[in-house]
Amino acid sequence: MRRTYVPLVVIASLALVVLLVYGVIGAGEATTLDDAVRAGEKPAAPTDALPLLAGGEASIADWRGKPVLVNFWASWCDPCKDEAPLMERAHRRLTAKGGTVLGVTVDDATDDSKAFMREHGITFPSLRDVEGELAEGFETTGVPESFAVDREGRIVAISRGQVSRAFVEDALKRVGA
Amino acid sequence: MRRVAAAAAAAILALTAPATAAEPRTTLPDVEDEVMCTTCNVPLNIAESPQADQERAVIRRLIARGLTKEQVKDELVEQYGSDVLALPEEEGVNLAAYLVPIALVVAMLAGAAITLPRWRRRTQTAQAQNTNEAASDAELKRLDEDLARWDR
Repeated sequence: MRRTYVPLVVIASLALVVLLVYGVIGAGEATTLDDAVRAGEKPAAPTDALPLLAGGEASIADWRGKPVLVNFWASWCDPCKDEAPLMERAHRRLTAKGGTVLGVTVDDATDDSKAFMREHGITFPSLRDVEGELAEGFETTGVPESFAVDREGRIVAISRGQVSRAFVEDALKRVGA
Repeated sequence: MRRVAAAAAAAILALTAPATAAEPRTTLPDVEDEVMCTTCNVPLNIAESPQADQERAVIRRLIARGLTKEQVKDELVEQYGSDVLALPEEEGVNLAAYLVPIALVVAMLAGAAITLPRWRRRTQTAQAQNTNEAASDAELKRLDEDLARWDR
């Protein structure tokens, strides 16, 4: 190898190492939404309008001024089945305040979602996020995930994974339900 | 009279039932290798997950309805989004996925068409030079033999 190439190879190797270190550190970091909520900030919830499972279209913005618990779910997801009764109870409490649990189905066929709702006695409305626009806005990494959205349309609590009773209680308190 | 009506109804049902059952126009393996498991990001034919199993069930239902492979894929895009397709649709920016490899092959062929004749010419010239050198060697050998004869 000629001597003139040595510095180039060293620089390229260093750049590769820096890139790898950045990637590893970056992968370990929490998403920006989580950071913001943890820091006490209240980031605005995405408001993409999407088709409803029951027909028509809706957006989180339609419940502006009312408390909302956004729940990403899919019929093939076992933790979603486990948390379904909690979500339905939360929905009843929210409807008493004019709000709602707003489901969002991900990677799920319409018929399967509807069958899941019938089987688990779910009455809250659900949006179909076929292209993952809303999931991207909420920075989801899977299902189930839940987000408490206050009357001003801001995210005040996040649950990545199956919700606990404690999370639901805290989330409803935060959104004033 | 009731028995006759019931028998007639049964006969009508028996005749219409096969007509309503759609003839399969594709198969699960035929579709499976062209679509993705959307949660595991691998082709469905090698995916093992609850979502993959449900996607297969959806495909089976669509096949049972008599849909063709393309119709099944269109319906899957409706249900799971465009990420469900293993190969991007041939439109817009996605065309690059098809055009870039073709362009690369054309460029390589063009490069070969330009460089190969030159390389062949160079090789032939080199061979000709070698042949000349070989002839000179023979002459040198004969010269040596002649000189040796003179020395005697």
